[in-house]
Amino acid sequence: MSKLTRRRVLRGMVGGVAVTVGLPILDCFLNENGTAWANGEAMPVRFGTWGWGLSMNKAIFVPKKYGAGFDLPEEIAMLAPIRDHINLITNTQAYRDNYQNLCHYTGWVISRTGAAPKDQKDIPGETVDVTIANQIGRSTRFKSLTATATGDVRSTFSYENVNTPNAPDWSPLQFYTRLFGPEFPDPNAPTFTPDPHVIARRSVLSGVLDETKGMMRDVSAADRARLDQYFTGLRHLEMQFDQRLEKPKPIASCQRIKAPEKDPPMGLDADGVAVRHRMMTDLLVMAVACDQTRVFNMAYSNAQASTIKPGYEKPHHTDTHEEPVDPKLGYQPNASWFTRRAMESWAYFVEAFTKIKEGDGTLLDNVMIMATTDHGYARVHSLDGMPQFTAGRAGGKLKTGLHIDANNTAGTRLGYTAMRVMGVDRPSWGTNSNNTSKEISEILT
Amino acid sequence: MRSIFKSLGPVLLHRAGWAWCGTTLLAAVLVLAGCTKSPEPPVKGSPPHLRLITTQQYINTLSHVFGPSLHLELRFPPMRRTDGLLENGASVAGVTAAQLEQFQRAAAGIAGQVVDEGHREYLVPCKPADKEAADKACATEFLSRIGPILRRRPMTPADTQVFVDQAGVAAEKVKDFYSGLAIALEGMLISPEFLFVEEKGEPDPDNAGHYRLDAYSLASRLSFFLWNAGPDDQVLKAAASGDIQTSRGRARLVDAMLASPRLEDGMRAFFDDMFAFDDFDTLSKDATVYPFFTGVTVADAREQTLRTVIDQLIVKKKDYRDLFTTRETFISPALAALYNIPASPGWQPYEFPADSPRMGMLTQISFLAVHAHPGRSSPTRRGKALRELLLCQTVPNPPPNVDFSALENPDAHYKTQRERVAVHLKNATCAGCHKIMDPMGLALENFDGAGRYRATEGGAPIDTSGNLDGKQFPNVQGLAQALHDSPTLPSCLVSRMYSYGAGGVPPPVDRPMLTYLNKRFADEGYRIPDLLKTIALSNSFSQVTKIQPSMAPLPQDEPAKPQQQVTLNQP
Repeated sequence: MSKLTRRRVLRGMVGGVAVTVGLPILDCFLNENGTAWANGEAMPVRFGTWGWGLSMNKAIFVPKKYGAGFDLPEEIAMLAPIRDHINLITNTQAYRDNYQNLCHYTGWVISRTGAAPKDQKDIPGETVDVTIANQIGRSTRFKSLTATATGDVRSTFSYENVNTPNAPDWSPLQFYTRLFGPEFPDPNAPTFTPDPHVIARRSVLSGVLDETKGMMRDVSAADRARLDQYFTGLRHLEMQFDQRLEKPKPIASCQRIKAPEKDPPMGLDADGVAVRHRMMTDLLVMAVACDQTRVFNMAYSNAQASTIKPGYEKPHHTDTHEEPVDPKLGYQPNASWFTRRAMESWAYFVEAFTKIKEGDGTLLDNVMIMATTDHGYARVHSLDGMPQFTAGRAGGKLKTGLHIDANNTAGTRLGYTAMRVMGVDRPSWGTNSNNTSKEISEILT
Repeated sequence: MRSIFKSLGPVLLHRAGWAWCGTTLLAAVLVLAGCTKSPEPPVKGSPPHLRLITTQQYINTLSHVFGPSLHLELRFPPMRRTDGLLENGASVAGVTAAQLEQFQRAAAGIAGQVVDEGHREYLVPCKPADKEAADKACATEFLSRIGPILRRRPMTPADTQVFVDQAGVAAEKVKDFYSGLAIALEGMLISPEFLFVEEKGEPDPDNAGHYRLDAYSLASRLSFFLWNAGPDDQVLKAAASGDIQTSRGRARLVDAMLASPRLEDGMRAFFDDMFAFDDFDTLSKDATVYPFFTGVTVADAREQTLRTVIDQLIVKKKDYRDLFTTRETFISPALAALYNIPASPGWQPYEFPADSPRMGMLTQISFLAVHAHPGRSSPTRRGKALRELLLCQTVPNPPPNVDFSALENPDAHYKTQRERVAVHLKNATCAGCHKIMDPMGLALENFDGAGRYRATEGGAPIDTSGNLDGKQFPNVQGLAQALHDSPTLPSCLVSRMYSYGAGGVPPPVDRPMLTYLNKRFADEGYRIPDLLKTIALSNSFSQVTKIQPSMAPLPQDEPAKPQQQVTLNQP
């Protein structure tokens, strides 16, 4: 055993006998610049989304200054620690074309799918994260991860198609078990022993794949598409089993984090939502750091957010419609209270990626996150003046720290930019008026 | 015959043409059976469905197969509510990679429990000759029994052999018979044959040119409809013998299924779906406003209504409409406090007194608290729920450009919800929809956002008058009676129940079928078991259209990967 090649280690085989191999975490797993793994593989660039509902109050949200060093009006004052890690794009537009403006629906659906929905049951195509996951997510344990802070398994902005939402993880305990439970392939574990049960499971999958093909022969085109999707899922499961049979490469930034003691109580009070958001974020971020996935989604709230301010009778959505605009302040004070809570969570989300060192920088340097909402001004359901954010430098492909006036152009430019940055090769994205072939060039390096 | 006389009694009195049918009593009864039960209209049918199994169907099926001792706390992503029902979404739902991963984890957990030392003695019907090696005979015995129940169809010896081989290969790999068996079972539980309820059609020999469900598809459709679980041995036997395809055989089978205790599971699932009780999964109240409204309250409120439904409609076989006027219910200690009545241990039957404002399902906490804000009541939400869930009507979405100026008037200090929602009715844009929701929701204003009784709001007395489709009433009792008397109430149930059983709403051309079912439901006194039977025995329930299989090429096999060679315990 003069030389233990990576291949041999990963196969876990020496002379046909099961082995347990110790592998230390070594800096030599990075290149000299800290920008790539030692074997030359570039550090992966990941993509994520963050969604919040009911937008903002323009007068106290939109900075006066554009470009770098923009000011932080009171509704986004809490973004100070992350200002230079994000871009704020204001004044974008979602075009409903010939369809109705579906309250708290049309706006986010356009931002995520590039097309206006015809009714509130319509999702006119896969969401941008799914497109990107199909590009970059096929080799990781999870093609994508989707989480929510609402505790509601229906809170998601991610759809494979109209009938297939990516249901979010909503319980921190369950999310922990899924990510870091017994099946977690700890890349830094001192020993690695392939589990023969996994080998057996993998061989059983072949039979399931064959059965699926058999069923495919008899069904209609619509059901065939559903079985195709199921078949793809089986293939991914197969790949997960394969990965569990190989020693994963060490990742210095990856640490199995402590399991949460218990789930936070169900409920939508803003403090409770913030706690759940923090717990889910911490798990999600470490899963990204451990290269368990390269695509992730977080829903802070539904588009029609039902977040509660304890002791105040109107939840967020109701409040945006029923609270008077304070004549002195010029905005709805309680509605703004809710938006501020959302922005605090956005700041936490972004900052969480900066707290993990990766190479010479942080995890955020190798991530692109886009954050979108449902309206420009929720009170009147406007589809113009919609704000968006990005966070992270996407492996050096993005600039940050900028406030950009989109000048009422299509908000789909952000989704298109994300696709281009993540290597999705398409000349344009979106339907009808939302179609665009223009990236947000100001943020590209 | 007694039941025939009994059921025809009220009908005879109201049928002008009864004498026309015959002269002797016996002849009259026999022929009138044909007259009063007008023939089922012909239907075109819907395509056979491919339904994704729901969480509760998964749990019920496995509980029936392996007994109640397995730990089955599963929660797969819900279907998308389609035409009023989650179950309808099962016919179109896709499976994401993440969901399949969930199915696999669930399958591994369940299979592991079935063969663990605490269960194998009574769940595995044989013992291997050597626990550390494959045992073809024992694996065959177990898998050939379990397989057809899980897959809802017989297995050929070749089908069984595939799983037996898998168990054998796995047992040899891991040096453990039971682990090998578990891995084969796990494969069955993630197979499309288990996770998707596939319906197949065949030419109908009694109706040339038409198609019907094949016997096993019909067995599954009946079973999921009535039990919310896959078919058991007896149902599969009726399919195997062909009895299920004969009028008498099917009637016998349906009678037996209706008499089974599993009917309660089925009806709980149906009403939980129809009443959108999935909202309970995320229901919470503002703890500063309703500190007593806890997780236990949430669970018990859902359970209270389901117990009431089963007791009234299935056990006592009462008129469906009476569910909305009955004062009979069940109370738990957690609910007693909210209802302001003495608490007794456990669930107890309870009847609200005649002068109580509590009357019918609308006044139960399940309806009042779910359809309210976290910190206050909502006449609009309650009215909308009544329209959409109980009358199958669609309330249009609010327009995007509503003028909220009246609500925004900072000088307006509305004490009651009636005053607040009055603004909706003064605004032409809002009034169109709010006038079909608010007037009935306002009748429930004696109950706050948690469902507790209150006589005043903001110090002002509460006016609970309202109207439902032109019928005026002074209070909640009047609303309950108006709802009870609404012809739309039973027709909504019929529509929901039919589509629940058949996997979707019938095509427009088959709507006369619903008219027929409505009439039968009314003629039979609005009894749920009778309606279930009528639907289950109807031609339309089993009739399907011919499917045009997709011609898309099948996925290609991926190149075989080198087999992992892991050897344990090698000297």
